[in-house]
Formats: sequence, structure tokens, C-alpha cells
Amino acid sequence: MSTVQVVFTLNGAAVSLDLDPAERLLDTLRYRLGLTGTKEGCGEGECGACTVYLDGLPVNSCLVPTYQVRGARVESVEAIAAERLGPFLAQGATQCGACTPGVVMTALWIGAHPELLETHTIRELMAGNLCRCTGYDGIVDAVSTALGHGEPPV
Amino acid sequence: MKLLLPETVRDALAHMAGRDGVTTPIAGGTDLLVHWPVRLGERDRTYVDLWQLQELKPLRWTADALILGGLTTYWDVIRDRRAGDEFPLLVAAARQVGAIQIQARGTWAGNIVNASPAADGVPALMAYGAVVVLESQRGTEEVPLDGFYTGYKDMRRRPDQLIVAVRIPRRRYSYQTFAKVGSRRAQSIAKVGLAVTQSDDGWRVVAASMAPTIRRCPAIERLLQQGAVLRDSDDLLPAIARDVSPIDDVRSTAEYRRRVMARVLYDELRETCGWR
Amino acid sequence: MQRREGLAKLTGRERYVDDLPLENFLWGMTVRSPAPRGRITAVRFGNDVDWSEFVIVDHRDIPGPNEILLIERDQPVLAASHVRHVHEAVLLVAHPSREMARRAAQAVEIVVVPEPAALDFRVAPRPEQIQYAADNVLKQLKIEKGDVERALAHAPVVVEGAYETGAQEHVYLETQGMIAWLEEDVLVVKGSMQCPYYVLNALQHALGRDERRVRVIQAPTGGGFGGKEEYPSTIALHAALLALKARRPVKLVYDRSEDMAATTKRHPALVRHRTGLTEDGRLLAQDIEVILDGGAYVTLSPVVLSRGIIHAAGPYACDHVRIAGRAMFSNAVPFGAFRGFGAPQTLFACERHMDVIARTLRMDPVELRRKNLIRDGQRTATGQVIQDGTDRVAVLERALALSTFEEKRRAHTAFNAAQRSKRRGIGLATFYHGAGFTGGGEVHLNSRLRVAGLPDGRIEVLSANIEMGQGTLTVFTQIAAERLGVTPDDVVIGEPDTARVPNSGPTVASRTTMVVGHLIERAVDDLRTRVGLDDRARGSVVKDAIAHWYAAHPGGRLVGEAVYEPPPGISWDEQRYQGDAYGAFAWAAYVAEVEVDLRTCATRVIDFVAVQEVGKVINPTLARGQVQGGVVQGVGWALMEECKFKDGAMVNNQLTNYLIPTSDDVPPIRVAFVENPYPHGAQGAKGLGELPIDGPAPAILNAVAAATGTEPRAIPLTPERLMDLTR
Repeated sequence: MSTVQVVFTLNGAAVSLDLDPAERLLDTLRYRLGLTGTKEGCGEGECGACTVYLDGLPVNSCLVPTYQVRGARVESVEAIAAERLGPFLAQGATQCGACTPGVVMTALWIGAHPELLETHTIRELMAGNLCRCTGYDGIVDAVSTALGHGEPPV
Repeated sequence: MKLLLPETVRDALAHMAGRDGVTTPIAGGTDLLVHWPVRLGERDRTYVDLWQLQELKPLRWTADALILGGLTTYWDVIRDRRAGDEFPLLVAAARQVGAIQIQARGTWAGNIVNASPAADGVPALMAYGAVVVLESQRGTEEVPLDGFYTGYKDMRRRPDQLIVAVRIPRRRYSYQTFAKVGSRRAQSIAKVGLAVTQSDDGWRVVAASMAPTIRRCPAIERLLQQGAVLRDSDDLLPAIARDVSPIDDVRSTAEYRRRVMARVLYDELRETCGWR
Repeated sequence: MQRREGLAKLTGRERYVDDLPLENFLWGMTVRSPAPRGRITAVRFGNDVDWSEFVIVDHRDIPGPNEILLIERDQPVLAASHVRHVHEAVLLVAHPSREMARRAAQAVEIVVVPEPAALDFRVAPRPEQIQYAADNVLKQLKIEKGDVERALAHAPVVVEGAYETGAQEHVYLETQGMIAWLEEDVLVVKGSMQCPYYVLNALQHALGRDERRVRVIQAPTGGGFGGKEEYPSTIALHAALLALKARRPVKLVYDRSEDMAATTKRHPALVRHRTGLTEDGRLLAQDIEVILDGGAYVTLSPVVLSRGIIHAAGPYACDHVRIAGRAMFSNAVPFGAFRGFGAPQTLFACERHMDVIARTLRMDPVELRRKNLIRDGQRTATGQVIQDGTDRVAVLERALALSTFEEKRRAHTAFNAAQRSKRRGIGLATFYHGAGFTGGGEVHLNSRLRVAGLPDGRIEVLSANIEMGQGTLTVFTQIAAERLGVTPDDVVIGEPDTARVPNSGPTVASRTTMVVGHLIERAVDDLRTRVGLDDRARGSVVKDAIAHWYAAHPGGRLVGEAVYEPPPGISWDEQRYQGDAYGAFAWAAYVAEVEVDLRTCATRVIDFVAVQEVGKVINPTLARGQVQGGVVQGVGWALMEECKFKDGAMVNNQLTNYLIPTSDDVPPIRVAFVENPYPHGAQGAKGLGELPIDGPAPAILNAVAAATGTEPRAIPLTPERLMDLTR
């Protein structure tokens, strides 16, 4: 099997890997680099549990072949500062926690782009993150609380 | 998986024309990587990566067209204010393709070549008279999107051709609408999709999930062109029967699809056409 | 108090089974039956694989009986000569590479000579389809009160109806998974589960190991909803068999498709009602028949049926009730525990039927409920006297007020007259849910819990009850801290590890806070007594006493203990199905407002109010979250979650084709609690976890009925189904 060299920036640090071109970014993060905060919920781009930022946009890392992040900037939930997460705790935005890292990634991205709310609702923007525990109110309330500052997520 | 990593379109076309057998171009991966770990057979193919080809990313406006690059994503269009003003159906469709995570990676050209009968982007493009710009080492070919599909997952793209652009002519539209009926509001696959436009060029009625391919509905377009007066949605059923052939599948039934297409179309067009 | 492990979850630091570090391990894969029923004639190994690289396990590798220990012993760990459902596990393979293991599993062919399968639980089986007892009936139960036939014969009005509910997939966001390894001679299994001792017992039984040679540890669990009640025993056994044969650690984690295809679902049900009433709507007789699809093995169907029939008559007073229930064998993937456990199915039927009755009588459905809601001193179908002081009519009135029910009903009349293709309606359900195990179940469980003092004065709660998102860690901490007057930081919750924790029972049946929480209070009291303090001692006095005890007892271990004791005056007759079915019921009234698009027949819930009386609310944020999550799961079951079956197996086993609600599909869920402390629950709490799944489906369908003038009787009420009704 031929491998491909992949050099990219992960959570602010340079990473260089030789890997199978068929490897998914999700698996690289979890099994190769031990960053298990990013979760696999469905493997089909439906649930958003594996959401990471690729050059600043939320993407499903289960649908990204790792070789495609050459030269790109990737951030996973491990890059998120705990101080940002107060509203999520207070509003009950996490229960079982399996969807939570993905929810946090999308939610903080929305928080960084308050202009999106001129055209979208929070509920529409969060629709790519399935949660089976909270019924979404805790999540939507947390996003509302965290809004308005426009700070970058990482 | 054998992977070819061209750095220019030229190199990509050379790979695709090569004698290594048929290659699969890969862009944002939102279709190809679904359930990827268990699709073991498909991992043995040869892929040509496109994601690196910067020249294909931007969308451009010219005097008479909006030109989407071969790698322009849904999100690129959603964020383009002019697209929202001039081609609202594109934005409406893009907003219904998955959620942000998919919109950020999924490309319009990918939506075209994936050739799903339930695609969201294709009906809007077809209703705007989009033209697919294909390139190969043998030159450039332009195929109107409404003549692009020849059967289920069959299309007028040779294995050595790449979609480098999608050209959407700028016209004045007197009427346009997009409707997607899924089993839930967000991120669902269309059970019925419709895009309808009226311009100086006439009516275009495009249906998704109603036939083996996304397709225009000539019989309905004729009705509209003739200014037929309809009394209720049932009056559309004969034309629908001529234009499309929906099936029962895991998502819906043929009967539901036909009726909903008739009802939604009738309701959407009622005022414009002066029906009851 | 905020969720204890919340920050670990939010930052991604919480480690679930697939996140745990594991060295030198193999990935396990399962090879499954392709047929719903038949004889296995061959197992063919493909030529393209070098099989010497793989560890392969089949039924011959099972050291003990080939049985998954549960209520019955009919289900094999691995099918030997026969298969009874599609996806039944036949063979296991393991390899260091997950991809290689997957390729190998795909390269095995299980050859089955098919036999006639029973695939529709609603119709009587033909002789050649009989596979369980004489009639494919897995379990039959009956409740009788008064003389139903006589009462029906004399009733001025009799209303009949049949109601159907579909299977539902749990869709816990973390799929099922286990890892197994050997530590010396001790087999350790760790993974995602609700009931460590169920898994322990199943491992001991089939592996022929005593409890000193098996140890089960619960890993942080990403949702369960009942789906991780009994199924984890199977996957734990599979991982263990591979690890024992390989003498290496094995990880067995399902991907979403395998999880949806092979694991349990909510039991599909058919419920028939025949109800006698006075002209003005007083219930005279309820004759109810409940049929569940149990699937190919008994699993938990008898107890699901039990809870189902006990709840079937609804929270109403009626002198003559007969409820006959049966769970049927079919060659479907076995159905199993799912939040609500039979009650959602029968309460859907009951509450939908109440609205059908109201329409038949031309009566306001609200008034019909006001009139019949059970009052203190009255008896349920099992003869249990309700005497808890809760004003159930007040719960209803609160829901009506919060939802502005009457105002909306008037507004809808105007809206519907003005609108061409939209219809709005509002609907109601009043219901109840019994907390804890049914009847003598809690006594039989004999749950035991310990609280250990730590040398620094803190305490550690040792229980087998687990956190799966519902808040066990937080609520247990609150209960212990409050009882001792210490801070939450002074309380440690021990990892559920069967080598360390006693069997405090399974984490199911809305029992954790009410029943196990109460054990914590009593174990804490016991601990306090052991350090020579009485119940008034709190805070630093207790901490100091614990620390002093350790100073005075070098090498000693200070432990307080409690064993379950039923509340006084509870009695249950298992033979006649009469008596006190539950120590306590939670009561609720839910209101749904919907908008139906007449063009697409799509139903959208536009407002939802959930009012319940659950005793004392211990943690308002967690309690609200439980209700909101349960309601949205109920919205999914009511409107969109449809398992499509072929040969008894789910064919839409992907999240693109089995749709659960997204944030954009539901409105804010408005939650209110009426509090009436229950003297035998921790801090006065009753069970809450399951209650919220009981109400949404009937409330929503009642709203659709009001909006459209149709009488939908089956869920999920997909647009396709509603179109059939409105045409």
C-alpha cells in the first residue's frame, strides 16, 4: 500500500504524517493521534458528532479524507478553551455527551458569526448536529447565551 | 486506494486520460465517503483528487452569466449576496443540502456528477438553464444540464472529462420557486423536489425524486406555456403521468410523490397562473 | 448543582469505550445470519483471505451453556445449527486491523436452508410457523377488575378502536461497544452499558466462570434509553469469547449500520379498546387487548408486556376493567427495552382512544378527562388504591393554562377557515408512569448499596447504577452531600466496577433517583451511625469523625450499607396480577399544538407544553432536560421514526433513512413541574426518566385529529399515512 505524506496545522501545531490515502480525518484524529474528543456517531455525515473546523468552517471529519487537509488548518474540540463552555454547562446543553463535542464546535462557530442570524435561525444552523438526549432546548439556549460577541472559537 | 494528486487542472486531465483505467474524481467527499469504512470494494479504485485545484474554487460573475467553478461549494453560494438576489433558488436549494458541515464541503459539480435522482442542487441549476462545462485533453465541451442525464446514474460525461464550470445565464425571471418535500425539515433526502422558473425563454419545470434522473417536465411546461386554466391539483396529474415515473422506495411511495407534486405545483403556481 | 461530568463531556475529555487507551489489541467483527429462519448447513470461508491471521470463534468455543442468561435461556450466544432471525450472530472474527477484520467478516458465507418464518405478529401463525410453545405466544398476562362483559352489556354507549405503534430505534449517539481482556486469570469486560450485573451474570453463566474470575466495568455511556439494558450482555460475551481465545485484548464496537440492524428496538404493538360509558362520558367498562411483537427470543418481552398492560387503562377510575395481553414470537430481530417499556404503546392507544370517545359522544376531550381522572381513594385496574395527595385535575388545569388551550382552540377555528392549505390543531394527553420495578420486582432485586468513608473525611458512593446522560453522577452527589451536609466536592461517586460495587440493581425503570437514591440516604445514615453520630450531625463534624475513625482503625475500612426495603403497606399478587403495581406513580398532562400542511400532509409540532408531578425535583436543569429530551424522542416516534422491515430486519438502518428530529424540527419544549414530595423516594423524588416518552405521541395525534378532522390510529403518522387518511 502506498502512503501519502500529509503536513497540516492541527490545533495550532504542525503535524506531519504518512498515511493510507483512504484514511478518514476522523480516524486520523482518534486512532492515530489519540484525539478522541471527536466522536463517530454515524459515519455518513448525518449526525455531526465528528464536527471539526477545516480552514475555519465546520465539517464532518468522517467525510474528509485526511490527505485533503494537506496545508490546511484543522481544529478539533481539544482546541476549545474550557472557559468558553460555561453557558453550555449552565443551560444543560450536554447529557450523555456523545454528540457534545460536535455540538460545541458548531455552536461556537455560530457564536463567532452573529451575522448569520440575519438569514438563519440557531435551530437551522444547529440542524447538522443530532442530539438524542436534550431535545435541543439546552443547546439552543446555550448558543443564544454565547452569542453576540463574535469571538473566534479558537 | 490508489490516489493521484494533480496540482493543476491540466495534470488532472492528463491523469483522467491516462491508461490506468477509469478514474474517479474526488472533490469534497460528501457522497463518496458516506459509510466509507464498509465500502471495501470502492477503496480499491483509482481516485483523482480535485480538492487542491485552487483554480476551480471561485465562483465568478460575468456580464451575462454566473459561473460556478468545478469546486464551488454550496456555502460559497449561500454567502454570495448577489447569488441570493439574482438566483434565489440556488440559495434556497443550497440551504437544504444537509447542514453547514455538508454545505461547506459539498460542490455543485459533485452534485451533478453524483447523479442522484434526489439531488437538491441540480433542480435549481436546471431550472435556471445551467450549462455544464466539461474539459478533457481533447478540448472543452458544453452540455446543457437538461440534456446531461441519459438514464439512472448515466450522463454525458466521458471518463476523461471533468466538470470545470457550471454556467448559469443571467435572465430576468418573472416567476421562480423551489420546493423540497422531505420527511423532516432539515437535512433530509427529497421525497419530491421541484424548481420552477419563468423567463423570456419560457417555463422550466424541474422535478427531483420523481424519475430515474432529475428532469424537466415538458408536458407541464406546455400546459403553462399555453396558459391552460386548471381547477384543482388533480388537473395536473395527466401531465405528471407523462413527465415522470416515481417509484415506491425506502423513503416514500409513488402515489404520495405524484399527489404531492401535483398539489405543491398547483399551490405554488395558482396565483401566477390565475388558477382558483 | 451543575452536571458533574459536564465539563469533561463538553471538552471531549470524557473517554467512552472506543476512546479508551488499549495496547496490542484485536478488532472484533460479527458474522450474522442472512435468513430469518433456517438450518445452517455450511459456513464457507472465502479464498481471498489468509485465515491463519485471524482469531475465529463459533459456538464450539463457548465454555459453558450456549445461552444468554436473562428471563429465559432460549437465546444462544452464537447460533449453532439453526438461526431464528436475520442478523443473528453466528461467528466472530478478530484481527489487529479493523479493515482486515471487516474484509474477513464479509468473506464468510453462512449457508442457511430456509424454513417458514413467522413475520407478522398480528395474525395467528400457521402450523409450520410455530416455533415457541404451541402457539408462538411468548407470554400471556391478564388483569381483571369487576365484571367487564356485564358492564359493557349494560353500558349506554360502547366505543371501539384499534391502535398501532411501530418499532422505534434508540439512536443513542454512542453505538454499542465493549472491550475485553485478561488480567492474570480474571476476565475484565468494560464498555457501554446500563446494567453491569446483568452483564456479569451473563458472562458467568455462558463462560462457566465464578464471580472472582470475571469483572465488569461500565465505561462512560453515550446514551442508552433501554437499548443498553440487555443487549450489552451479547456484545460483552462476544468480545470476551474472542479475548479468551486470542489471549489478547479485543475491542468490539459496532458502527451505526450494524447497531441499527442487529440490536433491539421498541416493541411494535397492536392495542384494541372496547369502552363502555354513560351518555355524559363516565367510564363504565374498559376491555383492552394488547399484542406485542416480541421477536425471535423472549429477552425482556414478558416484563415489557407486564408494564404495558398495567398502564393500558390510563390514569382513570373505572370499576370494570379487563386487560388481556400477549407477546408474540416472530422471526424478527428481538425487540427489547426502550424508555417507557411497553407503557408508551398502551398509553398511546388509551389516550388516542379517549379523543375518539370524546368525538363519538360530541364531548370536549378535556371534559372527558376531567370527569374520569382518578381521584385519591380510587383504585387502578390492578386494584391499587391511589392515595398520594396529588391533584391530577390540577396537573391538567396547569397544562391547559400554560398552553392557553381554550384560546388556541378558538384561534385555530378562525385560522383553519382562512387558510387554504394549512390546518392547526391542539391536542392533549393525560397519563402516568409507575416508577421502579413492577410489583414484587424491587423486593426480588434486593438492591444493596454502600457508602465508604475515605481517610480524608470525604465519602464514596459505591453503586452499580450508571451515568448515561440522565444525571446519575450529579443527582447521587446531591443526595449524599445534602444528607450529610457536606459539599459536592466531599462526595466521590465510585466507578461502576463489579469488583468494587455491590449490586444496587439495573439502571432502568425510572428507579435510579427514587429507589437507589433513597438507598444512598440510608447508607449515609448507617455510615454516620458507625462513627458514633446521629442524624443531626452534619458537615465538618461528620468529616472529622470519618477522618478520626481511620486514625483509630489503621488498615480498617469504614462502610455504611443499605438494602432495599419496600415502602410499608405495599403488596402484590403475581398470580392474579392484583395489588400495588408500583410504589409510586408520576402524573402528567401534555399539550401539543400542530400545523398540518394539507399539500404534503406533513405535520409540524409548533408548541408543546409538558406538565408533570414527579414528587420533589432534585435538580431542575437535569429534570427539565430529561423531559425535553423525552418529548422530542416522542415527537420522532409519533411523526417520523419508521423502522422499515424486510424478513424481520430493519432495512433503513442508516441515519439518512431513519430520521430522528433535528433542532429545526421541534419547537421549544415548555416544561413545568408540580411538586408533591414522595416520602419513600430520595429527597421526596419519584421516577422521571421514562414518563416524558408516554405523552407526546397521543397528544400530537389528537392535535392532528383536531386539525384535520381525521382519526389517525397508527404511528408513526408519516405524511404518506396521513395522506391516505385525508384523501
